[in-house]
Amino acid sequence: MSPKIEIRGFNFFYRDFHALIDLDLLIPRNQITALIGPSGCGKSTFLRCLNRMNDTIAGTRADGRILLDGDDIYAPDVDVTGLRQRVGMVFQRPNPFPQSIYDNVAFGPRVLGLASARSLDGIVEESLRGAAVWDDVKHRLHDPAQALNPGQQQRLCIARAIAVKPEVILMDEPCSALDPVATLRVEDLMQSLASDYTIVIVTHNMQQAARVSHQTGFFWLGRLVEFGPTGALFRAPRDPLTEAYITGRRG
Amino acid sequence: MTATPAESAVPPEPTAPPRAARSSRLLAERVIEAAIALAGVSTVVIVALIFLFLLRESTAAFLDVPLRQLMGTRWYPIEGLFGFLPLIAGSLVVTIGAVVIAVPLGLITAIYLGEIAPPSQREVLKPIIEVLAGIPSIVLGFVGWVALAPLVQQLGATTGLTALTGSLILAYMALPTIISISEDALYAVPKAYRDGALAIGATQWQTIWRVVLPAARSGIVIAVMLGIGRAIGETMAVMMVTGNAANIPALGPGLFLQPVRTMTATIAAEMGEVQRGSLHYSTLFAIGVVLFVITFGINYVAGRLIGASGGPRRRGQL
Ligand SMILES: Nc1ncnc2c1ncn2[C@@H]1O[C@H](COP(=O)(O)OP(=O)(O)OP(=O)(O)O)[C@@H](O)[C@H]1O
Ligand SMILES: [Mg+2]
Repeated sequence: MSPKIEIRGFNFFYRDFHALIDLDLLIPRNQITALIGPSGCGKSTFLRCLNRMNDTIAGTRADGRILLDGDDIYAPDVDVTGLRQRVGMVFQRPNPFPQSIYDNVAFGPRVLGLASARSLDGIVEESLRGAAVWDDVKHRLHDPAQALNPGQQQRLCIARAIAVKPEVILMDEPCSALDPVATLRVEDLMQSLASDYTIVIVTHNMQQAARVSHQTGFFWLGRLVEFGPTGALFRAPRDPLTEAYITGRRG
Repeated sequence: MTATPAESAVPPEPTAPPRAARSSRLLAERVIEAAIALAGVSTVVIVALIFLFLLRESTAAFLDVPLRQLMGTRWYPIEGLFGFLPLIAGSLVVTIGAVVIAVPLGLITAIYLGEIAPPSQREVLKPIIEVLAGIPSIVLGFVGWVALAPLVQQLGATTGLTALTGSLILAYMALPTIISISEDALYAVPKAYRDGALAIGATQWQTIWRVVLPAARSGIVIAVMLGIGRAIGETMAVMMVTGNAANIPALGPGLFLQPVRTMTATIAAEMGEVQRGSLHYSTLFAIGVVLFVITFGINYVAGRLIGASGGPRRRGQL
């Protein structure tokens, strides 16, 4: 099967700072790809290149190609809002809008004009079910989203992301603000989503990467040091840097 | 994590201050608390006293002038006619005009400064706008009289001194407040909300309109209310440019092009001439009571609007 995202000779700069160096990798379709590496190595930067969220930061520059289903997302005629609809994102801290639970999920379909008023209810329910948070909120859809606990908020944010039917979901340390129980629920959710979506997750938690992902990439100072099937990478890392990192992280 | 409860328990404070030092600190704490409480209470007491004073000075008006006459349409103190309606109408027309001009303009400017302008522009423009708030109102009245009135007259009014002239001057006076405070409110909206909206595929404008503005609502309401508060209470500039005719302006397309007279201008203009203790004197205070009540009403409405935006207020919230 062709890869969902193909990264070819990609470099990224914050003004003079060369944050991502010569990246080449293939992100497979309908799988979970985990990105690991020490703080500041460029994981978030890379993730934010995949939906061009870095465009919102002044003075950034991208070079090389990122192909989504074969089309260069950095081509000059690309509609960035359309790209972001296809490539959704879930952030480190749950960031529901200060609005009702319903309005949070309905936000995307509304701004993108995806739904008539009648089908909106259906989309909201389907998305909340898809994000495994429906049972928690079905009786209080019009309560403020801020009233939910962090784990529920993060699943609400996942529901908000899938409400616009993206193809890819990017998650930047989605569980780092959650307790262990909420973390496990989000991990279960990721695995159930993987059959329909391509998921890329950044994590500092080695066990999490090992538990949920099919592929793992190890970043180091802006370079991709190693990339391959998760089992093999954790069992028998080829690069000494990778080995030092994952054993240090475990021990 | 393998931390056991025993490990995570708080260890005894090795550096606990000696007893004497601690009790003197406690005393200081109490003194500070009391001082703050006193300041807070005295503000409330002073406002209450002002209101009581107004009431006392105006009792004669409320007792001796029949309510029907106070609600009347003619303000001719010399003939003993004390109808408030023309003055209330004058204030209303001028204020509404100012709000209609200043609120949209102020919000648009705030959105431009806070969301669209590059930081370098924002840093230059914002202080300039804040300085505009410091221009003495009499100076603005003068400018309005000399420069603005002739322009307004060209719109087809018989005189340049009209409600519209007053509205324009008041709008100008309210703008810096509205811009500056609502821009602060926009600025305080966490970047995470914007990122969340953009990452779904919303455009910048959709993000501003559907996420940032609602999130900043309470601050924006405060900005607008403070701006209006300034407009209603303003006296000198308005007195100079509205033509000072205590008529109820005729409804219609020319509503804003007629001379009017506001409540504040009436008090300011006539206070110097009345005899202390006369009925006229007392009715001027009664106008003050009406103003006071209106201002309170606006603050109350503002409070409700803010309260409705996000459940109960929590500490640390705007
Ligand atoms: N807006 C920015 N402007 C300039 N430099 C930045 C910016 N954001 C990140 N960087 C730099 O780019 C490098 C990569 O940062 P990034 O946030 O991608 O790291 P990360 O791997 O996600 O780290 P963490 O695990 O701490 O989240 C860091 O050296 C960081 O200082
Ligand atoms: Mg990061």
